Amino acid sequence: MIKLTKAEIDSTELLEAVASQQAGAVVLFLGTTREFTSGRRTSSLDYESYPDMAEKKIAELESEACRRWPITECAIVHRLGHLELGEASVGIAVSSPHREEAFLAGKWLIDKLKEIVPIWKKENWADGTSDWVHPMMGTTEETRISEREK
Amino acid sequence: MNVSVKLFAALKQFAGKDCLDVEVREGALIGDLRTKMIQQFPELAETFSHSMFAVDTDYVDDKVQISPDTEIACIPPVSGG
Repeated sequence: MIKLTKAEIDSTELLEAVASQQAGAVVLFLGTTREFTSGRRTSSLDYESYPDMAEKKIAELESEACRRWPITECAIVHRLGHLELGEASVGIAVSSPHREEAFLAGKWLIDKLKEIVPIWKKENWADGTSDWVHPMMGTTEETRISEREK
Repeated sequence: MNVSVKLFAALKQFAGKDCLDVEVREGALIGDLRTKMIQQFPELAETFSHSMFAVDTDYVDDKVQISPDTEIACIPPVSGG
């Protein structure tokens, strides 16, 4: 299951999507919206995507993960639109015969998703300003472009 | 040749539109398009420099020639997850 959705991520649905009698392990990862980033307070987040390409790239990652590890089932959901603090922005569930592969595949999938899938987040700061987050390659510090005053 | 480039996130916000029309010569490469876009929006030079380009929803490098009737998108550094 691969899904981009404006609805809340349902972790039960993710777990059910990967349930299998062939599996001896299920790993669920949820990425949740954090209040403090580098000491700055966030009040909410907005996510946008290039939908066709995002779904295609997630599908390619899933295929690649299945080539690398003996995965039984895999489910990946990314939330779009407006999110409040503490809500899940991404959910990845992986089942496999043994736990090692499920952990490895799950970690690989979230790392690669954050690296290549065309989805972006906007931090809406508690001070009323907001910034699209564009981590520039070759720098450790995230460079952000501030919202132009209208 | 007129090329329409999809924009996202900060690029879309700065340009004030989700698509940018750029005039490039016949046979131009993605790298030429990148240069043109930087000329059009010098204040976005750093982000354009760090952006990837996609043709028909696959990443391409700067040496790829632009063909008509393809969907071109400028993908600024991503921050999903």
